[in-house]
Amino acid sequence: MSILNNRLTNEQYEQNFSDIHPPFDSREAALVEANRCLFCYDAPCTKSCPTSIDVPKFIKQITTDNVKGSAFTILDANIMGGGCSKVCPVEKLCEGSCVFNLMDEPPIPIAKLQRYSTEKAIANKWPLFQRKPSVGRKVAVVGAGPAGLSCAHALSREGVDVTIYEKESKGGGLMTYGIAAYKVTPEFCEEEVEFITSLGGIDIIYGQELGRTISLPELQASYDAVYLGIGVGVARQLDIPGEELTGVEDAIRFIYDIRELGYPSVPVGDKVAVIGLGMTAIDAATQAKRLGASEVTIVYRRTQAEMPSTEVELNLAKLDGCNLIWLASPKEIKGENGRVTQLICNVMELGVPDTSGRRSPVETGKTITLDVDMVIKAAGQVPYEALVNTNQLTHWNGKVAIDSYCTTNIPGVFAGGDCVNGGKEVVDAVQAGKDGAKAILNFIQSE
Amino acid sequence: MADLSANFLGIKSPNPFWLASAPPTDKQYNVLRAFEAGWGGVVWKTLGSQVKNVSSRYSAVEFNGTKMMGFNNIELISDRPLDINLREIAECVRLFPDRAMVVSLMADNSREKWHELIAQVEDTGAHGLELNFGCPHGMTERGMGAAVGQDPEIAKMVVEWVMEKATIPVITKLTPNVHSVVPTGRASVEGGTHALSLINTIQSITGVDLDTFVPNPYVAGKSVYGGYCGPAVKPIALKMLTTIAQDPVTAHVPVSGIGGVSTWKDAVEFMLLGASNVQVCTAVMKHGFRIVEDMIDGMNNWMDEKGFKTLDDFIGKSVPTITHWEDLDINYHIVANIDQDKCIHCGLCYIACEDTSHQSISLTYGNPYNTYSIKEDECVGCNLCKLVCPVDSCITMVEQRKGDEYLNWKEFQRRGLPLNDH
Repeated sequence: MSILNNRLTNEQYEQNFSDIHPPFDSREAALVEANRCLFCYDAPCTKSCPTSIDVPKFIKQITTDNVKGSAFTILDANIMGGGCSKVCPVEKLCEGSCVFNLMDEPPIPIAKLQRYSTEKAIANKWPLFQRKPSVGRKVAVVGAGPAGLSCAHALSREGVDVTIYEKESKGGGLMTYGIAAYKVTPEFCEEEVEFITSLGGIDIIYGQELGRTISLPELQASYDAVYLGIGVGVARQLDIPGEELTGVEDAIRFIYDIRELGYPSVPVGDKVAVIGLGMTAIDAATQAKRLGASEVTIVYRRTQAEMPSTEVELNLAKLDGCNLIWLASPKEIKGENGRVTQLICNVMELGVPDTSGRRSPVETGKTITLDVDMVIKAAGQVPYEALVNTNQLTHWNGKVAIDSYCTTNIPGVFAGGDCVNGGKEVVDAVQAGKDGAKAILNFIQSE
Repeated sequence: MADLSANFLGIKSPNPFWLASAPPTDKQYNVLRAFEAGWGGVVWKTLGSQVKNVSSRYSAVEFNGTKMMGFNNIELISDRPLDINLREIAECVRLFPDRAMVVSLMADNSREKWHELIAQVEDTGAHGLELNFGCPHGMTERGMGAAVGQDPEIAKMVVEWVMEKATIPVITKLTPNVHSVVPTGRASVEGGTHALSLINTIQSITGVDLDTFVPNPYVAGKSVYGGYCGPAVKPIALKMLTTIAQDPVTAHVPVSGIGGVSTWKDAVEFMLLGASNVQVCTAVMKHGFRIVEDMIDGMNNWMDEKGFKTLDDFIGKSVPTITHWEDLDINYHIVANIDQDKCIHCGLCYIACEDTSHQSISLTYGNPYNTYSIKEDECVGCNLCKLVCPVDSCITMVEQRKGDEYLNWKEFQRRGLPLNDH
């Protein structure tokens, strides 16, 4: 057993990481589905979208060959509507509430139709938005992730000049660095960021990290307002013996490397255990398998009823051949010569509900042992508590505290997205960016 | 098993499904395939002086993804030599003696030409003639087709010429491109026709190409009005058919129903409104001759369910139910009811009623599903909500009479009853 890179041929990598979202083959194919849409009034799909995309309207626009209008309807509500159509857990959002579900009929493939319109807009670089003349105000946005880009786009449309400071070398945040490559390709992420910034008035400066190359007081001094969309950081520690062994990986790091270094360069074990069962855990497990691991086991301390992942996601992992062990919580990682050899888990049972309303796992006293050479931690991410503290921002366990106007305790400093909510969907971050932009516009106009 | 055999003016066919005079019946190859598929009869594509057709002849209307909901053609009568047509007709009659063979005719505008053509066709052994007074394009400019059908006097004269010569049954086909089909229908009956058929196609432009700016079908940068048919015209055909079925003069002759018949259900509707059989074209041009299988089977099952043994048991059964508006019962009142167990919360009933009708549906906000309920006191029973509802029998109209007795508009006025309860 060992951790190795370069396990597969280029053709195998290509196949394993190709886009799982094939587009409609033709206009006619899209129309078959678009024409099924009932054009509901006060539509449940729209109400279930955090950015309130007018779904019936954009689908109707596809049926009338007004694809440009359709793309505008989507992107006006959600500037990352292209990426969201690939990464949103639509089964619990728009498609999950499609009225066809109530007839036991398949829902309208809203995400696929959304891809149809937005991919055309992005590929053809349609200039759907126009900036208002500059109003002579400047805003700094920290983080070019979904929240920051959405905030910047909304501000720039209103004539505000925006500078985004991004610590990585590419924009897109978790869309670019934190999601399985087969769900949204790196190429698409770059095109999407380019599409957003093509509006003008948005300058992204890469390689700039808050607390290292830039500071909040400097930004406050140079700009009329600051928006923090800094996201969340590394994976939560397991706090168990053996966590320091070689072969224990952070899922975010693992996913990041796959996207940044290229598939053949990323080492993966023969037998891999993934801890947790959120979207990130699924992305790590499926990609470990797709990189060539012979056995991948997802370990989750509760049952399917409590899992944060959707059933669609879980099925992706199952189809990739990942094993699942329910009601198991890591107790200890054992190793030889500093390398992981075993994961020992407590066998759990469900007790009384906790604050999340889900039943808490309780130890039974029994254990199980898995022979593994790699352990990937995907039990949630931790906010940048130290960074937030240093900047005297009020916070809750590291999550930046804001009021209903997206304002932090520091006047002129706004925040939104994962750094505030602790980590939700891309679509939630896009809405947070829109809300932030609205609050900032009010703020700079009332100054 | 019901008996589907039809007898139209003595022309017998195993079922009442004929193919209309059109491209599918213009040669032996197609007609034999149709007979093999099970069609009861054909009306051979119109014969007359041989013509030349243009290329690019059809165009269609697509609605919400349904292709050829309406169909349009600019073809003329048969463009094949008369002698070949006659030979092939004789061959088809010989090979399928149990099927109806009617030949459509449009002779040049003289008694002699008509007589000559009739004699030639009768020699083939065909069972009947159909006079094409309906073709709306191309032929009218030559004083034929609809130009005849639009003028009752001329129609009567031509029918009289035909009746002088014909020894087999004669059907006169009426054009719908008139304010009423009844005057020409009457004139034709007075001229001696044995039967009528309707409708021919309706003059139309199916659409304009938004890139070339030329209407369809595109013929080298130009287009012409075409003849419209297919499912879109069925309601118009049914209405015209009923006016013929109710007129005291035309009601005496059998009618062959034409216009958007695609299924056994359509056929039953035409027959309930007075057609003795039906003629089909667009549906086979879209799907091929095989659709006749379900037409036969579906009508058979329906007749068994209703207890009808022969076609005559239901032909014309619905004709008396079409009345004058003044005779409708004003005391009849219905109110919509939404079955909340079946409702899928699409809101289509609500927005239709709220924006365009009587604001009779209330909305209770829910996330993501709103609840919709009927305000019974406001509902006039217009049916709109039931029509837009995508779920079968989710919205039903419940009878809540305003009074026990039958009360029509004339009586309502005579009594001076109050108007406008809304």
